[in-house]
Amino acid sequence: MSAPITADPAAAEPEARASVRELHETLERTWSDRPGLLGWLMSVDHKSLGKRYVITAFVFFLLGGIEAAMMRMQLARPESRLIGPDLYNQLFTTHGTTMMFLFAVPVMVAMGLYLVPLMIGSRDVAFPRLNAYGYYTYLIGGLFLYTAFFLNTGPDAGWFAYTPLSGPEFAPGKRVDVWAQTITFTEISAIIGAIELIVTIFKQRAPGMSLNRMPLLVWSMLVMAFMILFAMPWVAVDSQFLAMDRLIGTHFFNQAEGGDALLWQHLFWFFGHPEVYIIFIPALGYVSTIIATFTRREIFGYPAMVLSLVATGFLGFGLWVHHMFATNIPQLGESFFTAASAMIAIPTGIQFFCWIATIWGGRPRFTTPFLFILGFMVTFLIGGLSGVMVASVPFDLQVHDTFFIVAHLHYVLIGGAVFPLWGAFYYWFPKLTGRMLSERLGRWNFALFFIGMNVTFFPMHLLGLAGMPRRVYTYLAETGWGTLNLVATVGGVTIAASVLVFLYNVARSLANGEVASSDPWEASSTLEWATTSPPPAYNFAHLPVVQGRYPLWSRTVDEPVVTGLRTDQRQLLITTLLDATPDHRHRTPDPTLWPLVAAVATGVTFIALIFTPWALVVGAALVAGPLIAWGWPKPKPGDPIVTEGVR
Amino acid sequence: MPHPSLRLALMLAGLLLASACQRETRRFRESPPAATSETAVAMSELQPGPKARDLPVVNPYEKNAYAVAEGERLFGAYNCTGCHSHGGGGIGPALMDDEWIYGSDPENIFSTIVEGRPNGMPSFRGKIPNYQVWQLVAYVRSMSGLLAKDVAPARDDHMVMAPEPQRTQVKEPIHAFTPAAAEHP
Amino acid sequence: MPDWLQSVLQPAGPQAERVHALWNFMLAVSVIVYVVVVGVLLLATFRPRHSEAELAEGAPGERGVTRLVSLATAVTVLTLFAFLLFDFSTGRALTSSVKPAVSIEVTGHQWWWEATYYHDIPNKRVTTANEIHIPVGRPVLLRLNSQDVIHSFWAPDLNGKRDLIPGKESSLWLEADTPGVYRGQCAEFCGYQHAKMAFLIVADRPADFQRWYAAQADTAKTPTDSLTSRGLEVFLTSPCVMCHTIHGTPAGATLGPDLTHVASRRYIGAGALPNTRGNLAGWILDAQGIKPGAHMPPNSLSPADLQALLAYLGTLK
Repeated sequence: MSAPITADPAAAEPEARASVRELHETLERTWSDRPGLLGWLMSVDHKSLGKRYVITAFVFFLLGGIEAAMMRMQLARPESRLIGPDLYNQLFTTHGTTMMFLFAVPVMVAMGLYLVPLMIGSRDVAFPRLNAYGYYTYLIGGLFLYTAFFLNTGPDAGWFAYTPLSGPEFAPGKRVDVWAQTITFTEISAIIGAIELIVTIFKQRAPGMSLNRMPLLVWSMLVMAFMILFAMPWVAVDSQFLAMDRLIGTHFFNQAEGGDALLWQHLFWFFGHPEVYIIFIPALGYVSTIIATFTRREIFGYPAMVLSLVATGFLGFGLWVHHMFATNIPQLGESFFTAASAMIAIPTGIQFFCWIATIWGGRPRFTTPFLFILGFMVTFLIGGLSGVMVASVPFDLQVHDTFFIVAHLHYVLIGGAVFPLWGAFYYWFPKLTGRMLSERLGRWNFALFFIGMNVTFFPMHLLGLAGMPRRVYTYLAETGWGTLNLVATVGGVTIAASVLVFLYNVARSLANGEVASSDPWEASSTLEWATTSPPPAYNFAHLPVVQGRYPLWSRTVDEPVVTGLRTDQRQLLITTLLDATPDHRHRTPDPTLWPLVAAVATGVTFIALIFTPWALVVGAALVAGPLIAWGWPKPKPGDPIVTEGVR
Repeated sequence: MPHPSLRLALMLAGLLLASACQRETRRFRESPPAATSETAVAMSELQPGPKARDLPVVNPYEKNAYAVAEGERLFGAYNCTGCHSHGGGGIGPALMDDEWIYGSDPENIFSTIVEGRPNGMPSFRGKIPNYQVWQLVAYVRSMSGLLAKDVAPARDDHMVMAPEPQRTQVKEPIHAFTPAAAEHP
Repeated sequence: MPDWLQSVLQPAGPQAERVHALWNFMLAVSVIVYVVVVGVLLLATFRPRHSEAELAEGAPGERGVTRLVSLATAVTVLTLFAFLLFDFSTGRALTSSVKPAVSIEVTGHQWWWEATYYHDIPNKRVTTANEIHIPVGRPVLLRLNSQDVIHSFWAPDLNGKRDLIPGKESSLWLEADTPGVYRGQCAEFCGYQHAKMAFLIVADRPADFQRWYAAQADTAKTPTDSLTSRGLEVFLTSPCVMCHTIHGTPAGATLGPDLTHVASRRYIGAGALPNTRGNLAGWILDAQGIKPGAHMPPNSLSPADLQALLAYLGTLK
């Protein structure tokens, strides 16, 4: 690198100061979006898209929560006639589909797409236009599902859509086809997100950020991305098999013609189990980041933490049959999955112990993010323990498909993913928006959510043991389940109240909240806090060179920065995989509308596929157009597109 | 006065709403008059004086996927397959071709099921509730591809006995209610 | 703890008792683990910290902490191992290769349970619906099949569940220690009335079971008076005959539950309503009001016909 330039304009001389200001202005011109609605639609900036992605996912979270609230209202009393079986079936199906496919995975991918380039000291993700296409595909898929839901065509066979109930004979109409195609949309956007994260993390880390200096959040996003790549295609395959059975008369799941009803379950759960780890693993990254910041200590046992993440990722693929213990799979085979399901507790246990060791050796600050992390540890542990219980085949045969499992899954998903996500929202809100959220409201948010969540879901353990199956729209009074259900509903109301507090907090902060500096928590260690809040379009005026695992803690006054990237065109620095030594410069695309157009064309194709297989042919032509326009090379005069080597 | 494009959008939304709603409603219960209604069917084309215009009978179940699926279930349940097989016929005539001895209009088929017909078709009056007969009527018509493709049932979970109505080509009846058809074997 | 209608926590058979023992073990271990981990966490979080220097002193040091974390990991592994051992031994104890006292083929339908008792002599095989009697203290083998979608047979007081998958036969052992009525419910989402697809296992003393079985194997009582004769006539000339069987009459359809001994059952509609005359009337007239989406159509009968039919069905014990 050439001579170091200080990042602080005020410290430099007037000429140097003017040149720094000029640098910022040039970079701003090169990297910012065009103004107006068109510019917003054409944006390929990972921050703009990431924010949209997070907000969209949160809106789906709210919609899923409304569906949950309606179900709880119906179940609060025995034999309630508030909601009939048809609407109830649509509600729990849409609730599950929304939460799993439209909220949980997308919000983690979105946080990754926003944070990772900042954390690794890069200016954007590897494929910005693909990023835009992924977001718009997801948005169209979600809108499609809800439009169908409001047209009485919402899916009603469960979010897991077991055949033959979801097959052509027992699910008339187009409801399940809507479900199958929603899957397709969300699969595409998740896989695109995964590709972005993997390539960005592998190839764009700032010089000096070797793999063993990568922040734990980036590691968790990497593991999540690989899991998405290996798990998501299976549910896409499964849902397309179902769509084909329903549309063109194939027999994948038709026992009588050589198919197998159980094939659905194998394919679905081979995706479905890794799916929950896809949701959980990034949350582990948030936990590590927030604990490091608010105990002001390095996370204990970095290699163990990384290996635990990777081990969880691998092991997650070997558990899927534990969702199928009640089928007629031979018990010897099932025992293998019991052992694997118990084994996966070990890496997570190691992480817990390392976090506790970190907290022990640090000085905790009880900010709202930290409270949510404590809430995570206390809540997720219950889910994890009940998970080891249901790993046992004889016990699972009693509680499978009962409210015990509903309790377990919500403890691990809400405890394990949503609590850290709340913490992450509070932690990174200043970075995304430039405003601080109110700590006082944050504590109320935490308290109401913690109490509400436990009051809602803890009684469900007992309900399941007391014989209450899942997916029932009502129950007889003499079962005795009425009281606990009423308690759970009251808890649900509390959760709703906590979410309202959060929304009010956000609205208030955006209107006139305290302005945030680059590093408002004053103890953050990762690179996104080295730039302003919110970051400028170009992320960093000078890309940093990293000297340790916790870059902001190992910063020196005269630390080197990257020079040599052009400021008049969008350039990224590509580095090597293991040690992040600079490799070459890469021209990254300017804003364009073609990803949006291609996403719309894709959307039309998939939606039409519900009605006719010809849509594939017509759709292929329809999508080809924007894709060709997207990829068409457009050299500008005097502008070599070839990448240049760095001497 | 709402903006013209808004009005158009609302109209399209309404249309979409109506069509999706019709296909996807699940009506579990018909109120007694509808459950027992029958339609009068003339037994002869001859009429004194000028021919009165017949208002076509529209079977609302023909636009409802759940009802047609129920018709498919009942077709097997009530053993229609015993004589008609899965549309290919056997003891009874084929139901998935374009020949309709007694007419293919909904009221004709209804009449066939409820009254019975000469040469072996039993009368199911009093044994099959009328709303279920209308469901069967919708299904029988779907076997000849006469229903919209998004409403007609797809394949069922049994051995393939007949092409699925969803992908059957439309077989318009070549003899629309003429006694000449009765001469066919 | 109230007495539940159906519960994993009130085992009434050897299989359920084994699972209950496993549950107790796992609950105890989980509570201990939880208290210890959360205790250490709270200690780590809230322990008093006075100064940086004291912090450096008080900290066990990197090597010490590594040892503690490794120890905790090792304890975790051992605990999981113990759990696996207990679990596998429970699993093995639950598999059985004895000869069943009774063998019943249970077929799941949307949304009721058909049960056919196996007997060497074909005409002594009994078919009933939703209420399954078994002899107390003897192992009973259920062979499970489905006619339509996937269901799951679950009587928590007696044993875990088993899925009924169309095209595949699975099996489940039941054994009740004490005479009694044990309720169960479908535990795999199967459509509109999944919530109301319950069944009863009635464990009878051997003599009572034999008596019940003999009565069930009999054909239906022939009507003796004019009202019940009229009732049979109504049955045979209404939609009833299209779906239901009453052995000893011309009614032989197998779409719906076998009604030959319907009056002997405690509940109707697969556990939806107690079997009383009024409930039965409501069910016949408008089953959709009780179980919307069920395959039983509403029937409009004149009051006289209805009373006759109810009288006749009431004789079918």
